[in-house]
Amino acid sequence: MIAVENLTKRYGTFTAVDAITFEARPGSVTGFLGPNGAGKSTAMRMMTGLTPPTSGRSTILGHPYASLPNPARHVGVMLDATAQHPGRTGREVLHLIGMQIGVPKARVEGALQLVGLTDEESKRRVRNYSLGMRQRLGLAGALMGDPQVLVLDEPANGLDPQGIHWMRQLLRAYADQGGTVLLSSHLLHEVQIIADDLVMIGRGRIVAQGSKADLLGAAGTRANSVDNAVLAAALRARGVEVAGDRTGVIAKTDAENVGRAALEAGVVLTELRTSGAEGLEEMFLALTAADARDSGPAAAKDAA
Amino acid sequence: MTAVLDPTTSHLTHERTAIEQTPGIPFARLVRVELRKMVDTRAGRWMLIVMSAVSLLVVLVNLIWGDRESLNFSSFVALTTFPLIVLLPIVGIMAATAEWSQRTGLVTFTLEPRRVRVLLAKNLAGIILGLVVIAAAFAAAALATLIAITVRDVPADWSMTWQSVIGILVGMTIYVIQGLAFGFALLITPLAIVASILLPTIWSIASSISARLDTAGAWLDLNRTVEPLFSGTMSGENWAQLGTSSLAWIGIPMAIGAWRVLTREVK
Repeated sequence: MIAVENLTKRYGTFTAVDAITFEARPGSVTGFLGPNGAGKSTAMRMMTGLTPPTSGRSTILGHPYASLPNPARHVGVMLDATAQHPGRTGREVLHLIGMQIGVPKARVEGALQLVGLTDEESKRRVRNYSLGMRQRLGLAGALMGDPQVLVLDEPANGLDPQGIHWMRQLLRAYADQGGTVLLSSHLLHEVQIIADDLVMIGRGRIVAQGSKADLLGAAGTRANSVDNAVLAAALRARGVEVAGDRTGVIAKTDAENVGRAALEAGVVLTELRTSGAEGLEEMFLALTAADARDSGPAAAKDAA
Repeated sequence: MTAVLDPTTSHLTHERTAIEQTPGIPFARLVRVELRKMVDTRAGRWMLIVMSAVSLLVVLVNLIWGDRESLNFSSFVALTTFPLIVLLPIVGIMAATAEWSQRTGLVTFTLEPRRVRVLLAKNLAGIILGLVVIAAAFAAAALATLIAITVRDVPADWSMTWQSVIGILVGMTIYVIQGLAFGFALLITPLAIVASILLPTIWSIASSISARLDTAGAWLDLNRTVEPLFSGTMSGENWAQLGTSSLAWIGIPMAIGAWRVLTREVK
C-alpha cells in the first residue's frame, strides 16, 4: 500500500511535482505514466526519502519511507538501473544488498534465478552489462528483501519484447499474491500491458487516474465518417460526450448508438469500432498535450 | 502462470514481521558493508595491489642496494608504510564519492535512509582498512628484516619505539579520514583527489615563501604537524599543533561534507 497526499516539489519557481494525490493498492499493479520530465522520478524519489518534498506527504504501508527500520525488507526500490558501480560484478551488487539488509546468502541465487541472469552473467562486471541486464539486476536487488511493495522507475526501459513479457508475468504474479507494485513509464504501451490501475501525470500534475478498465472504457467508440462535424452534432443531440480530431470522432458510448446517430443524421460511416488500446493512447496524448499548452488548472478527470 | 515467486520463501504468502517489530540494520553490519565496498570494485582492488606493489618494490630496492645501517626493522617499517600513507586516502576518497559519482547512493540511501549512519560507517570502515594495511606493512617489514639478517648478514635490530608505532597509526587514521572528508565535501572523485593533494602542497609552498605564513604553518600545515608523529617525537606543543591543523584540514571539509551528504538530494 502506497499513499501519496498532496506531494509537491518546487525547485525555485519551477514546480516539478504539483500536489499529486493517489494510492497504489495491494494486489494490483499501478502504472505511473507520463512523458519525460513530467515529474515521475522526482515523485518516486520523494516517496523513497531521497528527495525532501516541499510539501505534502507519502507513506508506504502506513509509514513514511525514512522511518521504516529496515526499508528493503518491506519495500523493493529500483529508481535507476544504470546507477550501479561499473567495477562491481552483478553478483557482488546483490551480495552487498543482502549483507546490508540481513537476508540469507542463498537469496542471491534465488534473486538471480528469478530475474533470469545466468551464473556466468552474474560474474561479469556491471560495466559489461546491457541496459536490459542492468534492469534485471536492479529488479533482483529490489526483490532481495522479499518486499510487499515494489517501487520501480522505468523498469521496462531497455528490455526487449520478450523481456517486457517476462516482467509482466513476474509483476502480475507478484501482485496476484497480494503485493503492491508501482511502476513508472513514459511509454503507454508498456504500462497498458502490465498495469491494473493508471495514474497519468503531465507537467507535475495528475491529469487522469483510475483503473485501466475504466479509463479504456471511458474512451468509448471511435468513428470516422464523410462529415464528422454532422456526426458529432448528432451524437451531442443524443447527449453523448464527443471528442475528436481531424481523423475521427471519439464518442463516449457504444458502437450501436454511434451507428444509429449516423443513420438518423444520414452520414456515411467509414470507420466504426470500440476504442480500445488506441483510445487510451489518444487520451494520453491529448491530456498531456492539453496540459502542455494550458498553464491553467488541468482538466483533471478522476475516473475512479 | 509459472511460479515466478517461490511460495516457500516469499513472505507475500507467509506470515510477516510487523514493521514496528522489524529490527533496524545493526551499525556493525553497515561498517562491514562499507568496508567490503572499499575493496570489491576493480578500482579499489587495484589501489590495494598498487600500494602493496610499491611497498614491496621499495623494500626490495633497500634489501639489494640499501646501506647496511638502513637494514633494520624501523627503516623497513618507514619504507612499507610510506606508500600506504600516500595512497590509502585515495581509497577513502573513492569510498566517499562513489555514492554520488557512480550514483550507487540511490541504492545505499534507500537501503538505509538514516544517512548519518552510513557516513559514520564509512569513516569507521576507512579507519579499520587503514589499520589492516598498516598491520600488513609491519608484517612485510618484519619479513624484510629477517631476510636482511640472513642474506645480507646485518646485526638484528628490531628496535622501535611505541611512540612511533602510535604515530604511524594516528597519522594513517588522519590521512584516511582526510581523504573521506575531502570526498564527502567535493563528491567528485578526481576533484577530491587533486584537491586533497594540491591544497596542502600549495599551503606548504606558500608558507616556505612568506615568513608570516610559516609561523601559521606550524599550527595549520598538516604535512608539517604530522612529521613528528611519524618520527615518534611528539611533544605537548606538537600535539596541539596536530590538533589545530587536523581541525582545519579534516574538521572543516568533514563538516561541509557531512552537511552535503545529509541534505543533498540523491539523484
